[in-house]
Amino acid sequence: METIRKLIRKQSLEKLYNNLAANRKVYAPVIAADKKAEYKYNPGFADVTFDHIRSTLSVKNIVFPKVENLFFYENSKTESTITDIDLDKIPEVVLWGAHPCDNAAFDTLRSIFCWDTKDEFFSRRLEKLTVIGLGCHSSDEYCFCTSVGLSPSSSRGSDILLTKLQTGDYQAEILTAKGNEIVSSFPDLFEPLTDEKVDITEVKQKFSHKQVTEKLAGAFEHEFWIANSLRCIGCGACAYVCPTCACFDIQDETKGKNGKRYRSWDSCGFGLFTLHTSGHNPRHVQSQRWRQRIMHKFSYMPDRNESLGCVGCGRCSSGCPVDMNIAEQLEALQNI
Amino acid sequence: MAENIYKPYLMKIGSIVEETPDVRTFRLIFKNPEDAEKFSFKAGQFGEYSVFGEGESTFCIASSPTRKEYIECTFRKAGRVTNALANLEVGDTVGFRGPYGNTFPIEQWEGKNLLYIAGGIALPPMRCVIWNTIDLRHKYKDITIVYGARTVGDLVYKQELKEWSERPDIKMITTVDPGGQTPDWKGETGFVPMVLEKAAPSSENCIAILCGPPVMIKFTMPVLKKLGFQDKDIYTTLENRMKCGFGKCGRCNVGKVFVCKDGPVFSYEQILSLPEEY
Repeated sequence: METIRKLIRKQSLEKLYNNLAANRKVYAPVIAADKKAEYKYNPGFADVTFDHIRSTLSVKNIVFPKVENLFFYENSKTESTITDIDLDKIPEVVLWGAHPCDNAAFDTLRSIFCWDTKDEFFSRRLEKLTVIGLGCHSSDEYCFCTSVGLSPSSSRGSDILLTKLQTGDYQAEILTAKGNEIVSSFPDLFEPLTDEKVDITEVKQKFSHKQVTEKLAGAFEHEFWIANSLRCIGCGACAYVCPTCACFDIQDETKGKNGKRYRSWDSCGFGLFTLHTSGHNPRHVQSQRWRQRIMHKFSYMPDRNESLGCVGCGRCSSGCPVDMNIAEQLEALQNI
Repeated sequence: MAENIYKPYLMKIGSIVEETPDVRTFRLIFKNPEDAEKFSFKAGQFGEYSVFGEGESTFCIASSPTRKEYIECTFRKAGRVTNALANLEVGDTVGFRGPYGNTFPIEQWEGKNLLYIAGGIALPPMRCVIWNTIDLRHKYKDITIVYGARTVGDLVYKQELKEWSERPDIKMITTVDPGGQTPDWKGETGFVPMVLEKAAPSSENCIAILCGPPVMIKFTMPVLKKLGFQDKDIYTTLENRMKCGFGKCGRCNVGKVFVCKDGPVFSYEQILSLPEEY
């Protein structure tokens, strides 16, 4: 649909939020005790932050939970029976106030979960999700959305994108039918937009992702990987905070006769990730695992999934315990 | 109800063959006849086999797609799941998801000679395509099978090795490593590459299918090249750790190639274009 721009007053935002939160799950950012932002379901509007730069974890858990049951089983001596998960019970969720990088990541995840074989666990959750995004009026040194084809005002993945105006009110871009449905439900809260200036931060471009992708095609054996991953401790934090990392493990958990098979977030940074039963490991040292991470996001995914595997949120760098900075590395890689 | 791509078929163990002390072959029968009706696969494809409570393990379907009533799998007791599988008995339930992956291009091989070379526990991934081409025997010219294991006790499918060696339309060469023979061993004694070199099958109009441990592949390739085989006429299968089987969980890739989707069957020409990540 064609994008419609409207005005929503600061005081109307609270009404919109409260109306939405009254009868559905709204996932919104609040400032946690450690002063960092985190998302919670249906916090009071007074606690919802409009000023955070990035939450510690991304919001991908809405569509790709940390741990997700795939089915339940029951074992007797010789028989096993399976009970399915009722995907019709997946609730509608409104994601409120998430930034353009996080919202763009839903498309990236779709390119993984729905290429070739469609994953119903993921796609049903995505169908039930409505995104009211928030353009960024602040950023920091870790942000690099503009290096990966996005910007602080990108609307990809949002159904409605709110952007702060210099007056303190908000511009609402209505981007999809889902977004329009919300606006139509609360017509009194939206007013015609007169020409008002938006308050959007600037994020400096650090590298060209196209150039990185081109460079990676011939860089598999380059010494770059060893030199730049010597300090990596393989903790996997980068994957756990990443909005687009989708690698997972599948495990069983049994109690007595009953149990469940579930999938859980995993990381290509772990040595066990690719370890064969024989003891052989195709990626037996950390530099090979670091290479996999970069190659997957910036070379394999553009090639196989027609999608870049990074949205430039900067979480992997800000959260890395040994200060490995992906944007700095890619800037360097561009010039090897 | 939407399709749950992670949900396995429930299979009943119809029979168990103890191939060697630590290798078993299961014949698996679909518990739900409708599943059996809908199920089909092609030679080279694999599946995820599970013991509920222990997890899933990846291996090929070792029976031929021309045998429709069941599937078979052969596995070595090695890790948690395969050890749990080995403890099961006839009549017990296992889970099976599949078929996944690509297939041996047997239609392209019609009218050609076929040379199968396998070592040890690598005969199972090849057994499916061997039986498939034997069941369509008229479509292929000479079929030669070279199979070796460390010792006589490590040879799998002993009944079939006998059957194949007795057939006039198959040339069967069986060998064990030096020191692995028993007093009544009638086959060859020597490593697979040497035995192959001695047998010297012609590469003329011939496809070679090679599966075995890395060291066997390493020494067999030069022999095949010496015999005149082109890289594009040599096929093998790759194995990497897998979880999902359909290109999502992120661990089996070799460069940008997914073993689970683009493989497990690769021509040697393709293998040479891949980074060494397997």
